[in-house]
Amino acid sequence: MAIEVRIPTILRTYTGGAKSVEGSGGTLAELLGDLDSRHQGLRERLVDDAGLRRFVNVYLNDEDVRFLGGLETPVVDGDTVTVLPAVAGGSR
Amino acid sequence: MLTISSLLNEKIVAHARADHPDEACGVIAGPVGSDRPERFIAMLNAERSPTFYRFDSLEQLRVWREMDDRDEEPVVIYHSHTATEAYPSRTDISYASEPGAHYVLVSTREPDRCEFRSFRIVDGEVTEEEVRITGEDGAAAVGSGEDGAAAAE
Repeated sequence: MAIEVRIPTILRTYTGGAKSVEGSGGTLAELLGDLDSRHQGLRERLVDDAGLRRFVNVYLNDEDVRFLGGLETPVVDGDTVTVLPAVAGGSR
Repeated sequence: MLTISSLLNEKIVAHARADHPDEACGVIAGPVGSDRPERFIAMLNAERSPTFYRFDSLEQLRVWREMDDRDEEPVVIYHSHTATEAYPSRTDISYASEPGAHYVLVSTREPDRCEFRSFRIVDGEVTEEEVRITGEDGAAAVGSGEDGAAAAE
């Protein structure tokens, strides 16, 4: 088993068009590092110097990882991580 | 070009008016690849702000999963500007993350009319497009969807 990571349309250029990729790791940070080794540049779209990027939503199964442990959220085989860019904007 | 029914046009305008002066936002889903907006989904503006909107993250997950289950995609992503024109702002452009969607902007800055315009936003580039509103009998009126074809109130 591995951890399934579901990739939004806009990031599929990093996965050769794949909607879903697999990875491993004990935490979200490790998982993203593992993915980046095969899909270079993907991690940088999700993480900046301060941690997870503000306008990218990352979910572990049904929960937003912001309410779990952020990048330190533990993950295990069989989990599904979903990435969705936030839908946002404003008047300026 | 965005082709949208008058009923959906009215629903967007009505939502924008109801939430004024906060920005209203939502999605219209349609079958993948069809370019047909069909299923109206008003979304909560988690910012509840007159100058910013953001989909609530868990609601977005639920709606995106539901679209996936139904073989749908977001055909229209709409939001309102409550004091500025119905044109994508710098933040609208920088956060636009669905390159296949029609970005509909409405403006509720004037009490007696509602600007309704549609745009493609791809790789940071904005292109305005024509809005074609179809009536129940299939008749089409090309132009802007101002005031939701009258019966928004």
